Amino acid sequence: MAEDARDALQALLRSGQAARAVLADIRRLAERTGPVRLMEVCGTHTMAIRRAGIPSLLPPGVELLSGPGCPVCVTPNEVVDRAVALARSPGVCLATFGDMLRVPGSSTSLAEARAAGAEVEVVYSPLDALRLAAERTDRAVVFAGVGFETTAPTVAAALKTARARRVPNFAVLAAHKLVPPALEALLARPDLRVDGFLMPGHVSVVIGSDAYRPLVARHALPCVVAGFEPVDVLLAVRMLLAQRAEGRAAVEVEYRAVVRPGGNPHARALLDEVFRPVDSAWRGLGVIPGSGLELADDYRGLDAVARFPVEPEPTREHPGCRCGEVLVGALRPPDCALFGRACTPARPVGPCMVSSEGTCAAYHRFGG
Amino acid sequence: MCLAIPMRLLEVQGELGKVELGGVLREVSLVMLPEARVGDHVLVHAGFAIEALSEAQAAETLALLGEVMAAGEAGGGDGGGGDGGHG
Ligand code: SF4
Repeated sequence: MAEDARDALQALLRSGQAARAVLADIRRLAERTGPVRLMEVCGTHTMAIRRAGIPSLLPPGVELLSGPGCPVCVTPNEVVDRAVALARSPGVCLATFGDMLRVPGSSTSLAEARAAGAEVEVVYSPLDALRLAAERTDRAVVFAGVGFETTAPTVAAALKTARARRVPNFAVLAAHKLVPPALEALLARPDLRVDGFLMPGHVSVVIGSDAYRPLVARHALPCVVAGFEPVDVLLAVRMLLAQRAEGRAAVEVEYRAVVRPGGNPHARALLDEVFRPVDSAWRGLGVIPGSGLELADDYRGLDAVARFPVEPEPTREHPGCRCGEVLVGALRPPDCALFGRACTPARPVGPCMVSSEGTCAAYHRFGG
Repeated sequence: MCLAIPMRLLEVQGELGKVELGGVLREVSLVMLPEARVGDHVLVHAGFAIEALSEAQAAETLALLGEVMAAGEAGGGDGGGGDGGHG
């Protein structure tokens, strides 16, 4: 029975018929709300929205803009530079997710460093990096931990295992970031015009929808946690418009099959045990209080920064790249002079064009 | 980067599980989902099951979607003035 509900839902979330029905409802609501600007803060949403051509299906007054939702894009060059310096250190193997490989640092990406002889391994899971450490006992495996709350607990679990098993040759370059403090920083910008947030589905699986309550209370802004199928996104847009039409502001969840109010308690416990919040720099947003994660005292011994002192090159921004403005929704990628000319996915200038989830890459691939 | 894929849990052995999607088998850690049972559909991210898909909650979303679709048909597409879309 219930099996049928899940399968039926999955099929409907991809169906044109359901999309048309929700769009008709969105048009009706948009007549009541007037123009609205809704921001998504998840690179996976950015890609899903652009791939399905959702912006062109929405009524003219309903605008979707992308925020700081792509983890490698918001990671400042300094982190990439440090990862490159670690990869170049003798006896160190740098392991990371595929998303990080081609991200340009100040002068080099990890992919370029690897081509020049540095040891870089792409892994699917932080546990693979731990396995690598067990296999290659003659070198240290450093995992470059980048990502939001979805990914951070997986790295925490690897660290916990490494500590329990006393793995001597494993360490982490901890560069994780937290979404809610970044949204607060974004909302503090006087130039931001946003009428509602599409909240990231899988970040919310971990932190729970209640995590956005303080934000909604402070700013009276509608927030809806959305799934990733085209109709998920449309339903979430419809829920945001309904809130505006009714003059409400609340946290609502469209992605109910997996998002609970309190998130995943086991994942949150892992985060609490292994990490602690720290001020952290975001591309486009600057240093945001409590928006990053550093290793807790018990895990200091696994901190790559302390274990392997390297001298990263001086940080340099990519000349002409306007990723910082793109990431806060202040600039549409096609309005960057380099977009599609000097900067393409084949020859990216900034991280927003190289990452598969970057806003510039999404516009370039699927159109604006 | 926050991509997560629903897969069916075929086996549980302590903290490890075996999941399947479209004939592809994969090992996942269940440390974040110790209550998972064989037969569950679990959301997999970076080698970890991070949540189980709730059947009851999926049915709720399905019902909501059914309402919207029924209202859309009754309202005859665009422009109908109805307030049928309360969330
Ligand atoms: S198009 Fe390229 S150069 Fe321009 S903002 Fe995007 S990534 Fe940077």
